Amino acid sequence: MIEVDDLRVRFGANEVVRGVSFSVPDGGSLGLVGESGSGKSTILRAVSGLNPAWSGRMSIAGVPMTKKRDRDFFRRVQMVFQDPYGSLHPRQTVDRALSEPLIVHGMSDRDARIARALSDVALPASARFRYPHQLSGGQRQRVAIARALMSEPQILLLDEPTSALDVSVQAEILNLLKDLQQERQLTFVLVSHNLAVTAHLCPTIAVMQAGEIVEVVGADDLRAGRVQNAHTAELRRLSVELET
Amino acid sequence: MPNPSMLVDIQNLRIAFPTPSGPVDAIRGVSMTLGREKLGIVGESGSGKSLTARSLLKLLPAHAIIEADRLSFDGIDVRAASERQMRKIRGGRAGLILQDPKYSLNPVMTAGDQIAEAWRAHKGGSRRVALQAAIDLLDQVRIRDPARVAASYPHELSGGMGQRVMIATMLAPDPELLIADEPTSALDATVQAEILRLIEDLVSRRGMGLMLISHDLPLVGHFCDRIAVMYAGRIVEEVQAGELHHAQHPYTRGLLSCMPSLTHPADRLPVLQRDPAWLLP
Repeated sequence: MIEVDDLRVRFGANEVVRGVSFSVPDGGSLGLVGESGSGKSTILRAVSGLNPAWSGRMSIAGVPMTKKRDRDFFRRVQMVFQDPYGSLHPRQTVDRALSEPLIVHGMSDRDARIARALSDVALPASARFRYPHQLSGGQRQRVAIARALMSEPQILLLDEPTSALDVSVQAEILNLLKDLQQERQLTFVLVSHNLAVTAHLCPTIAVMQAGEIVEVVGADDLRAGRVQNAHTAELRRLSVELET
Repeated sequence: MPNPSMLVDIQNLRIAFPTPSGPVDAIRGVSMTLGREKLGIVGESGSGKSLTARSLLKLLPAHAIIEADRLSFDGIDVRAASERQMRKIRGGRAGLILQDPKYSLNPVMTAGDQIAEAWRAHKGGSRRVALQAAIDLLDQVRIRDPARVAASYPHELSGGMGQRVMIATMLAPDPELLIADEPTSALDATVQAEILRLIEDLVSRRGMGLMLISHDLPLVGHFCDRIAVMYAGRIVEEVQAGELHHAQHPYTRGLLSCMPSLTHPADRLPVLQRDPAWLLP
């Protein structure tokens, strides 16, 4: 579904993504983990079309991606950001936020689609005419996910979707994402610094350090400690240490 | 009777905020004591953990309605204390470390000057002596090149370095109590462990009391002696850190079980079923 080959992103003289290659099968999930500044979010922004300053080759469903994306690309690829308070317009109601993708992509039957989207992400119908500040953090992230799903995308790019949430709410959102993926055969790319969250959603995990993928490891191998790279082992140790 | 060996003694603390539809209770009868030990306060956002800690330093918004049977720091009644007395406690006898060094450090002052300022405000002395003390403190928080970092501005430092500067600033006046409010939530996992180990080490070595506030229950369990779990403005359970896995309260157990685990995978995560009975005393 997604093929990335020798992707490079440069900010001025500083190359922050240095020749990254990966592929995600149709309906699969890839996790990108690493510390801040390792380049994981930058990859996601290049894939999503938010940053045109990249070089290398990327394709979706066999179609090569250019710097400029057409409307169909933005219908098929959607993104969910870390902080739902920052990613929702503070003066737009939930109804307005969810209508916009439908208007942009000329989709009909708006009223029914919005009602269905709210119930798909387990939000009460009463949330429809609320403003973001009237919702809890978890509800806001549900709205952000609902909005991403409005255009019926095939690919969801998730940038730290639960790190701004309480652990109890994180569990609900992770369950929701898992259900949605199974129902709709979505392809996920998840960026996270949390190994346990990533292994929960993604069977394959790419570990990044200083702009490079240093290891690609299966979730089961990561859980069992069958890792090759020292940085992967260190991240795993820190994560496991707190669990015991 | 207040216990003299107790640094912090809070009995039946209640904090409310006025709203057009009447006062809203944020803290509903919290009691805790803290000696020279490491106490963790854990709970979700809005559970009142930061408010509880801030009430001790009288750092609440002016319109907050505060009631308590006792709210004292080392025998001093915080509610009756003057601003002058509070200034001696704040930063002097009790240091406060905040979440993100990006926002809590002064962006137009070098790290060394900020630490020196804290030193002089509480200990006096010349600029030169204070700056030397600042460099010495940076060395204590294990910064390899303290003189260079002292001359750096916050934007020239990484998050972990910034948090070390913040800790050095708080250590300058030799406080007896350190309140750390989510000190590592903005940091990477590798840096997080280093900073917490540093705080733990400094607290033990200097014989300080530590109040570590976090939403991360396993993390707090790792670094504290005792944990108070807060829910909706109340402490629902207090456990010894080593006994965390034997916690009784369904909320505490729920918080522990709803985290995804690397070593114990689960297809679906258990979700917290909030019982209205948890709101009752």
